[in-house]
Amino acid sequence: MMNVSEMKRRMEETSAEEMIQSLFDKIERSKLNAFITLTKEQALEEARKADKNGASGLLGAVPIAIKDNISTKGIQTTCASKILKGYVPPYDAHVIERLKAEGAIIIGKTNMDEFAMGSSTETSFFGPTRNPHDLNRVPGGSSGGSAAAVAGGEVPIALGSDTGGSVRCPASFCGVVGLKPTYGMVSRYGLISYANSLEQIGPFGCNVEDVALLLDVIAGHDPRDSTSHVVKKKRYVDELKDDVSGLKIGVPKEYFEGVDKDVEKAVRDGITLLEGLGASCSEVKLPHTKYALASYYIIAMSEASSNLARFDGVRYGLRLEKDKDWHTTFSEIRAEGFGEEVKRRILLGTYALSAGYYGRYYLKALKVRTLIKQDFENAFKKVDVLITPTMPCAAFKIGEKIDDPLSLYLADVNTVPMNLAGVPSISVPCGFANGLPMGMQIVGGHFDEGLILRVAHTFEKHAGVA
Amino acid sequence: MKDVIIGLEVHVQLNKLNSKLFCGCSTKYHDSGPNTHTCPVCLGLPGALPVLNRTAVEAAIKVALALNCEIAEQTLFYRKNYYYPDLPKGFQISQYDYPIAINGNLVIEGDSERNIRIRRVHMEEDPARLVHKGPIEKSKYSLIDYNRSGMSLLEVVTEPDLRSPKEARQFLNKLRNILEYLDVFDGYLEGAIRVDANISLAGGARAEVKNISSYKGVEKALSFEIVRQKNLMRRGIKVVQETRHYDEARGVTISLRTKEEEKDYRYFPEPDLVPFKAKDGVPKIKETLPELPDAKRRRFVEQYNISEHHAKVLTSELKLANFFENVAGKVDTNQAATWIADVLKGELNYRGLGIDAFSPEHAIQILRMLEKKDITEKGAVQVIRTLLDEGGTPAEIVKQKGLIKVGTDVIARAVEEAIKENPTAVQDYHAGRNEALHFLVGQVMKKTSGKADPDAVNKLLREKL
Repeated sequence: MMNVSEMKRRMEETSAEEMIQSLFDKIERSKLNAFITLTKEQALEEARKADKNGASGLLGAVPIAIKDNISTKGIQTTCASKILKGYVPPYDAHVIERLKAEGAIIIGKTNMDEFAMGSSTETSFFGPTRNPHDLNRVPGGSSGGSAAAVAGGEVPIALGSDTGGSVRCPASFCGVVGLKPTYGMVSRYGLISYANSLEQIGPFGCNVEDVALLLDVIAGHDPRDSTSHVVKKKRYVDELKDDVSGLKIGVPKEYFEGVDKDVEKAVRDGITLLEGLGASCSEVKLPHTKYALASYYIIAMSEASSNLARFDGVRYGLRLEKDKDWHTTFSEIRAEGFGEEVKRRILLGTYALSAGYYGRYYLKALKVRTLIKQDFENAFKKVDVLITPTMPCAAFKIGEKIDDPLSLYLADVNTVPMNLAGVPSISVPCGFANGLPMGMQIVGGHFDEGLILRVAHTFEKHAGVA
Repeated sequence: MKDVIIGLEVHVQLNKLNSKLFCGCSTKYHDSGPNTHTCPVCLGLPGALPVLNRTAVEAAIKVALALNCEIAEQTLFYRKNYYYPDLPKGFQISQYDYPIAINGNLVIEGDSERNIRIRRVHMEEDPARLVHKGPIEKSKYSLIDYNRSGMSLLEVVTEPDLRSPKEARQFLNKLRNILEYLDVFDGYLEGAIRVDANISLAGGARAEVKNISSYKGVEKALSFEIVRQKNLMRRGIKVVQETRHYDEARGVTISLRTKEEEKDYRYFPEPDLVPFKAKDGVPKIKETLPELPDAKRRRFVEQYNISEHHAKVLTSELKLANFFENVAGKVDTNQAATWIADVLKGELNYRGLGIDAFSPEHAIQILRMLEKKDITEKGAVQVIRTLLDEGGTPAEIVKQKGLIKVGTDVIARAVEEAIKENPTAVQDYHAGRNEALHFLVGQVMKKTSGKADPDAVNKLLREKL
C-alpha cells in the first residue's frame, strides 16, 4: 500500500506520469480484477499536464479509483452489470466534479457487486475481485474493487458507496480504512441508486488521514441532491489529533453476538487500548438491533425494485438483436441484462411494495427504522462513540457463500443499522487472524465525522496494525 | 333519462412556468425539434436526482386556492411504478397520500348554477411524448420525444358531481378560464390538457375513459359512453367496471382492461425528495392572486353597468376581459359591451380567431365613429369584417369603401327623387298603407348606397309626404 503523502513525495522525486505509469504496470499484471475500466490514456495525459503546469488542489495529481456506480462523464459506468455494459454517462457525478476541481486523476472504475447488491463482489458481471491478502478469498463488497485496489497498492485512495456496509465491509476484509458518511453529507448526484434513502458515497484510504482528506474533497452541500445537507464546511484533516482523553465509548453487546472469537478479541483489545489512552468505556443497549437486518433488506429491495425499473434498453445500455413489441422487448432485455441476485432483490422488493403487502412489510420496516434511529439517539446521549466489530468474521472464500444468499445477508448485521439511522461510521484495521485483516467499527452521531476520524486516527497511531 | 354520474380527473400542464418540475430544462419547446429540451434528470439517466421547482409549487397552490381548496400542512411526493415506453424512469413522480390540496369546489353556470366539489389537487411530472408512424396499431416503430418529459402537471380530481357531458364540458371551460386568469396555463399548446372521465348510470358499474385530450372530446366520449351503457342495460347485460380508451378519430371508447386486471402502482414515498410544508407559503401567495372570473364578472356588472349576459361572455376569457376594459374607458360602456361581446366575438368565432387578432385601438375608433354617427351600424360591421379579413385601419376602410354617412342635403335630394319616381307608393302611403313608407325608405337607402341614417330618412320622408 502507498498512502497519499508517500505518493506525493515519490511524484516529486520522479514525475506524476512515471508514478501513474507504474500503477498501470502493476494493475495490468494484477490478479485482483479490481477494475472494470481503466482510463490509462486520459490519466497519463492528466499526469503530463500536472508535470508541466504543476499539480494544484488538495489532491493535485493524486491517482484515485472510482466505484463503477458513480457516473463519470465520457467513461463507461456499468454498475458491474451486463445491462449497462457500454453505457457512457454524459455528465459527472457531484463527487467527480469535486475530485477534478481538486486535481485528482481518475485511473479507472472499480469492480463491485452488480448494482451494489452483495457483500463479496462476486455478483459482478465482470467476474469476482480477489482479496490481496488471499487470492482465494473475497475482498468483501459491494465496493470490493475499490478496497482491493487500495489494499493491493494499485491506487492510494478510492471511492466506494455504502448502502448497508458496502464501504466498511470490504475495508474490513482488505485491511484498509473506509468511511460511511452521515446521510446527506455527500451529494448522491450521479451515484446510480440502489437504495436512495440509505446510501452514501464514502472514501477508502490506506490510513485515516487519507480518508479524512478525501472526505474534505467530496463532502458539502449540493443543490442537485435534495437530501444533501447544508453543513458548515470544515477541514476533517484538521480534526486528526492524537487524543481520546475523556472520550466516552459505548460498547453495544448486541454487536458481539455471533461474532468470531478472533474478531471479538481484536475489537475488545482495541477498546482496551483506547481506554489506556484516556477513554472510558461502558456497555450500551441498542435493543432494536435484532430487527435491523430485516428492516434494511425490505427497504433496500423495495427502493431497488423501483430504482432499477429505468433499465429498459430504450435510451442506453443493453439492446438485443431484434426488437419486438415494447413489453416483450423490455422483459427480454431485463431478463438477459440483470444477474441472479439483482433479479432476486427486484422481485422481493416488488412483492414488498405490492397492494396488500405494503403495510405488512414496507411500512413496518419504516417503523423499525425509526426505532433504530431512536436507539442511536439514546445511546449518544450517554456516550460519544460506539465501537463494534465491522464484520462478524474475516474474509471468506470465493464461492463459499454465494449460493446461500441468506448467510451472506447475515454478514451485514453490524453495518446496516448505521445506514438505517443515517449515522456515520468508519472501519479501521484492528488486527489479523490467520493472515486475514479484521476491522473495528467506530460509530458517531449525525455529522460527527470529525470525532470518529479523530478516534480512528488515535487508534491507528497506537495500534500499529498493518 | 337515467341519472348520469360523472367525475373528472383533469391533468393540466403548467406550461407557462419557465422550467420543468424537477429540473432546470426550459418548457418553451413547442417550436423546437424533438429532444432538444432535455437533461440527465428528465431523461431519467442513472444517477440523476430530482429537485423540486418551487415556482411550480407556488403555481399549484395558486390554482388550489382559486378552487377554494384546503392547502396541506405538509405534502410529499410518491413514486407511481409502472412500465411504459414514454416513462424514462419506470416510475412517475406523483403524489398519493398527503396531496398538496383537498376539498375545494368550483361553480359552473349552465341552466342554473351548480356547485362541483373538488376532491383533491396534486402535482406530478409529465411523461415523454410518443410519436407513432401512422396509426398506433399499424405503426412499425415509435419515436420518443423527451421535451415533454418532466413538465409540471396538476391533476384536479372532482367528486362525482357532474350530471351530463355538457356539464363536464362547462366544468372544463371554467377550469381553463381560471387557469388562464392565474397565468399558469396556455390552453392552446399541444398536450395542455388531458382528461380521464369516470362515468356510470344509476344502477351500473363505472367506466373510466382515459386520456381524452380535447374539450370537445370529453363531451363526445361521455355521450358515447351513455349510449353504450344504456344499450347494455336495455339488453339486460351487466355493465362491468373497466378502463376504456377514447379513440378521438372514431369518436368511440374501447375497453382497455377490467377491474381484475387493474394495475398495482406500488406507490411509496419518493426517497430522493424531502417532505415540504405547503401551507407556509399560502399567505404570501394569496396576496399575488389576481381577480378571478366570478369576481370580475360581478365587478363588470357593477362598474360598467352592463348586462349579466355580457359580463359573462366578456369574462369567459381573460384576454377578452382585458380588451373590454381597455375599450370601455374610452367609449360608452354599454355600447362597448354589446359590440365586443355580441358582434366582434361572433365575427372572431366565425373565423376561428382569438381576441388577439383585433386591436383595442381599432375598436375604440369604430365605436367613436358610431357614437358620432359618422358611420351606420351596418357600416361598422363591414369595417370589422374588413379589418379581420384584409387588415388596414378603420379610417382607411371607411374612406375606401365610402362608408361615411351621407349628409342631409344628399338625403333630401334622394327623398325628392324617390317621391317623384314612385307616385303609386305615395298614393298608397296616403291611403294609410305603411308598407309603402318602408318601400320608399328602401328606395332612398338604395340611392345612397346604404350610407344614409335610416332614422333620418324616415323622418324626412314623413315630412315631405
